Amino acid sequence: MPKVLMKGNEAMAEAAIMAGCRHYFGYPITPQTEVAAYMAKRMPKIDGGVFLQAESEIAAINMVIGVASTGKRVMTSSSSPGISLKSEGLSYLAGCDLPALVVNVQRGGPGLGGIQPSQSDYFQATRGGGHGDYHMIVLAPSSIQEMVSLTVKGFDLADKYRMTSMILADGTMGQMMEPVSLDVGEVKTYEKPWALTGTKCERKPNIVNSLFLKPDELEIFNNERYKKYAEICKTEAMHEEYRMEDAEICIVAFGIAARVAQNAIDEARARGIKVGMIRPITVWPFPKEALAKAADKVKAFIAVELNMGQMIEDVELAIRCRKPVLFCGRSGGMIPTTEDIAVKIAEAAQIGG
Amino acid sequence: MNTKILIAGFGGQGILFAGKFLAYEGLMSEKEVSWLPSYGPEMRGGTANCSIIISDGLIGSPIVDKPDILVAMNAPSFDKYENDVPAGGAMYLDSSLIERKTARTDVNAHYIPATALAGENGLNGLANMIMLGNVIKHSGIMTMDSAKAAMEKLVPAKKQEMLGLNIRALELGYNYKGE
Repeated sequence: MPKVLMKGNEAMAEAAIMAGCRHYFGYPITPQTEVAAYMAKRMPKIDGGVFLQAESEIAAINMVIGVASTGKRVMTSSSSPGISLKSEGLSYLAGCDLPALVVNVQRGGPGLGGIQPSQSDYFQATRGGGHGDYHMIVLAPSSIQEMVSLTVKGFDLADKYRMTSMILADGTMGQMMEPVSLDVGEVKTYEKPWALTGTKCERKPNIVNSLFLKPDELEIFNNERYKKYAEICKTEAMHEEYRMEDAEICIVAFGIAARVAQNAIDEARARGIKVGMIRPITVWPFPKEALAKAADKVKAFIAVELNMGQMIEDVELAIRCRKPVLFCGRSGGMIPTTEDIAVKIAEAAQIGG
Repeated sequence: MNTKILIAGFGGQGILFAGKFLAYEGLMSEKEVSWLPSYGPEMRGGTANCSIIISDGLIGSPIVDKPDILVAMNAPSFDKYENDVPAGGAMYLDSSLIERKTARTDVNAHYIPATALAGENGLNGLANMIMLGNVIKHSGIMTMDSAKAAMEKLVPAKKQEMLGLNIRALELGYNYKGE
């Protein structure tokens, strides 16, 4: 299939359709509105396709809960303030063990913030977002091609583990265009014996519920869920290494930050500084093992983020603070420049091995 | 080759479309490309800009902060980005809307009265393509044949009447001899 030029937002929407999603509920907000616009155009032309602009983000996520409980692939998307509104629903999805795909094309916060790109919802995404003990699988694309592949992967993991997958993108990834192949390969489907599809008086009713008033019962559900999370941490963490073979300094960055870091690494390498990168593709589960291994070899890490310092805590946890972790970040919609990163690389290079 | 291009001007001048055209030609020539627009309120009037990278190798950051080629289509954009062009870079300025010349002597500056040329030739709204025609002529980032082929693919069937006009605008800029 020849490559096409698409915006990240549009590529995610098309990938969702290719992954079998036929239900999309959304509400416009910059910089993710093209997801909804694309779905509005495409869904009515597809057999069984539903596009619905809800009256609010809260309504949209509750519609997602409804469709998810029938076992159909379903999606919603928003940007930071909208995701906060959806957070109650995210907690309910977790409490009901329902699969869904939620997209966050992040913008600067807190509050209404701004509309420029940000990664300041990292804590919110990787710690669940809403109330209660739970996680979502959080995928962080750094190219338009990955926006396609991770959207498909997100649906797959959501069904496989009966939980929410989130695509954690940002304004840059949503708005930029790159050549992309829409060849997504074979899409796996899953049996869903738990789904609410009507008993036809042939089976016992299924129940989807997140209310358990007996604490010992609720604890059992939480324990089961955390067994599942432990399994996911063991098997589903994804990362990519860039020029790490002989690296003495390891940059850790995801999404657009990793793209800028790549330029900074190439420039530093040209000056003879041995620096590489570990790019988390899943930020939950976090690729702890790769980082722990890198900590045996490198003398310092640099976390590069579009925020005031959030993922850096996961880096420090993963390496058990065995090596110094420097921070390079901008916030509010600003993006670190290669020069910003070069300053930190020079600082790290001064650290004694 | 790795060419970083920044196109900037008013909303409504076709800045984003001009960038899309360059990116599309790169895609058709099997190069790596990235296109990153400014988005938000400035798209609805005010300033708009668009970063394009066309490269033989993989592209890291899609953000262009030091453009090899700056296309400025209004005075505020020229003021904002004039000093971001590295030595040896090129700037293409719509001299109908930008009255001053650059004081820099370490860059190649091209002055094209694109908005006036568009008006005189019945190509209103296509100053963007007149500018790019001149970029193609001096930068060698693509051939005119390849540019025309990309335009044929890019202009939707519903707007076929725009195809000839866009190509005429490209040619006008390409053949413009300078002031």
